[in-house]
Amino acid sequence: MSKPVVATTSLAGCFGCHMSLLDIDDRILQLIDLVEFHKSPVDDIKTFSKMCDIGIIEGGCCNSENVHVLQDFRKNCKILISLGECAIMGGLPAMRNGIPVKECLEEGYLDGPTVDENKKGARIIPNDEELPMILDKVYPCHEIVKVDYFIPGCPPRADLIWEALVALVTGNELKIPYEVLKFD
Amino acid sequence: MSDIKFTIDGKECTAKSGQTIVEAAKANGIYIPVLCHFDGLKPAGTCRICTVKTGGRFMAGCTTPVAEGMRIDNMTPEIEDMRKQIIEMLFVEGNHMCPVCEKSGNCELQALAYRYKMMVPRFPFLWPKREVVANAPKLYLDKNRCVQCLRCVREIITTDGKNVFAVKERGGKTTINMDEKLAAGLSDDMAMRAMDICPVGCIIRKEVGYKVPIGQRKFDSKPIGSEIEGR
Repeated sequence: MSKPVVATTSLAGCFGCHMSLLDIDDRILQLIDLVEFHKSPVDDIKTFSKMCDIGIIEGGCCNSENVHVLQDFRKNCKILISLGECAIMGGLPAMRNGIPVKECLEEGYLDGPTVDENKKGARIIPNDEELPMILDKVYPCHEIVKVDYFIPGCPPRADLIWEALVALVTGNELKIPYEVLKFD
Repeated sequence: MSDIKFTIDGKECTAKSGQTIVEAAKANGIYIPVLCHFDGLKPAGTCRICTVKTGGRFMAGCTTPVAEGMRIDNMTPEIEDMRKQIIEMLFVEGNHMCPVCEKSGNCELQALAYRYKMMVPRFPFLWPKREVVANAPKLYLDKNRCVQCLRCVREIITTDGKNVFAVKERGGKTTINMDEKLAAGLSDDMAMRAMDICPVGCIIRKEVGYKVPIGQRKFDSKPIGSEIEGR
């Protein structure tokens, strides 16, 4: 039987969840025996060329590109997993949800303390059509597409990611020790 | 006075007259989760996490006195899922950013979510607009995290009997407010008490943040309630 195919991506996240995946240490050798990686920052495959079994999503949706990638993952993966607080509830990027987008952009590009003082007047809010549009707020992935499983944590503990993946691939029941399920 | 006999999930228990269901359960080594309730405070019954079923009715365990012959359902799948739903509703109706919260690891709402293995709330996030009040010297108030338990209202009272915290508005608009002048006059111990009595990270003591390292915090390795169940 061929190995289950896994795709991963980071949307509005910090790549911390991917780092935590690497934190499974030498079990990574068992992991490549268990699964095959397809589209993922891990192997730098950029586009889907076949149907995947498991799609792992880090980060929520803060712009139109995030939404497109997420929808692409839903189309090309049989099972989708939200990995980490940002994918599950928006996380740190969602701290802007109470602030109007206009105010956020003005603070970031026009008025913020880190904007170059000498370039007053030349400051603009980038609005090229190549740039993804910022959404009105940051959305958890399951409010955009159907998500099948959730692995909380910031980042999720490596042991939890490992146990969840192994349980999913082998079809065994996932036992979650108290210490590994954390939101921080 | 003779003891009252009653059962919780079929287990024979005894209680003193006047004890609430939550207190009596605790005395018998049975954990009923609480969030708004705090030992020594007059029960408020605001959060309903302690809901139990007795006589075919759902009752708040923190406000209902135990009675002779009561048969109480506590850990049934129906009640446990109801409690989990309440926790999930509290998570979506506020802005609970655990990764950036100083109370993380010591937070009772988070601990309950761990106990009930909340992987994701089943309800849509509401992202309410809430205020942060940071101009008192010893405390700041992040209303994003408030669950309206009223513990602070009931407990934090000045030596001359004035309430430092009070409720404003009603229903879904309810907010907790702090009298900044009175808060400024609180002793260091009382300010710390205000942070400790808050079950979430709404009341935060300034200048002492992140004192306990990850791994040694209150709920890092032991679930909430295990101290009662383990007796």
